[in-house]
Amino acid sequence: MRAPGATIGNVGLLRRIPLGALALASLVLVTTALIFAFYVAPNDANQGFSQRIFYFHVSIAFTAYVCFACGAWKALRHLWKRDPRADLESYVCVHQGIIFGAMVLITGSIWAKMSWGRWWVWSEDELVLFLVLYLFYCAYFMLRFSVDPGPQRANLSAVYALFGVVLVPVSFMAIRLAKELYHPRVFTLKGPNFGGWILVTYLVAQAAILVLAYTLYRIEIAGKRLDLRLRELREVLA
Amino acid sequence: MSYVSDVGALARKDLLLELRARDTLPAMLLFVAAVFVIFHFALPGTPSRLETTGFLWVAILFTALLGLGRAFVPEREQGTMDGLVLAPCDRSAIWLAKSLATLAFLAAAELVALPLYALFFHHVTGAMVLAVVLADLGICAVGTFLGAMAVVTRARDLLLPLLFLPLAIPIVVGAVGASVAHAPGKYLAFLALYDALFAVVCWGSFEFVVSE
Repeated sequence: MRAPGATIGNVGLLRRIPLGALALASLVLVTTALIFAFYVAPNDANQGFSQRIFYFHVSIAFTAYVCFACGAWKALRHLWKRDPRADLESYVCVHQGIIFGAMVLITGSIWAKMSWGRWWVWSEDELVLFLVLYLFYCAYFMLRFSVDPGPQRANLSAVYALFGVVLVPVSFMAIRLAKELYHPRVFTLKGPNFGGWILVTYLVAQAAILVLAYTLYRIEIAGKRLDLRLRELREVLA
Repeated sequence: MSYVSDVGALARKDLLLELRARDTLPAMLLFVAAVFVIFHFALPGTPSRLETTGFLWVAILFTALLGLGRAFVPEREQGTMDGLVLAPCDRSAIWLAKSLATLAFLAAAELVALPLYALFFHHVTGAMVLAVVLADLGICAVGTFLGAMAVVTRARDLLLPLLFLPLAIPIVVGAVGASVAHAPGKYLAFLALYDALFAVVCWGSFEFVVSE
């Protein structure tokens, strides 16, 4: 059953794309992005071949932010409009965010090893911010799974997910402030020439990861809805 | 005006309970003193002021967690939470009153902890005291809110530190920065910003934590 109010706007349009087409699109886009990143984009002048991980690391990080933001948006919808499907959608968004967040930490760690010879550097703002967010959203799962399903669980999860929106800028400021205190040196990764094929490759990779995330989101939500429906049917039969 | 008197009545109730039963504050005091002794043995040699400042903030945070963990437990155990929610007052008043009561306990614990720190380790500066005041506001506002969330879960006491510590990282940055930096103004301003932002969020969303 689909609530009539929830299918307006872009979200409704996106929802009408069949899952098979989405899966195919993400396969094609990810393959293209891989080809672009490894064969088309030029070698970086300072960092050489290892800089190519940038295309995936940055687009995965952006996608994770989008997932967390969507999770918070759905949480707001749950609290504000009492949209009955928003709770599950918010949870799935955060779940996808945490999967992509883990990938940010892994790719960032590999990049740090390649660039600075260490698996972890505290001087990289984005990476530290993701670590904080990762801890925060892991606690979200602990919270969600220690409350019985029902309106209270939905409320608590939604409120905690909304805290994330405040935590991101505040933590970012905090990490900047902390770096002034502990690491006065500033690293910059963006070279002066961020254009041409580098930009094209980045945009393709970004589109690929976003479509991939949306496909995974749709698959997970379809599975979760099926599971709920099955449980309801079992209860009716029992 | 009635909102203020509601908050006052609720906070007075918590303080009165603590005065009569004395479960939280003595535990916090004993804990912070024990932690300082542990720190002395955990830091071999003569630790610098930079190091002991960091440890002071760890001690404050964990002592606060001890108090925050207790904030809503009596309400749950004695079944008075439903009464509070049904009381004819704004629900956010419950959070505000609880935060104020917890703030009072934490401030009392720190009135002992800071002189003890000065006695055992290094002197306490004015900026440090200001940082303590500002950090306490944030710790109590966010911690009490999360305490109300944690108490309705199955995991209860286990969950509060997990929910609270990621949110406390900015407080630690601001507080340690204000304590050790030559120009603490920026860090104090950051702490004030944190307090204001999270106080508004907590105040606005507490309703959803206690109602279904």
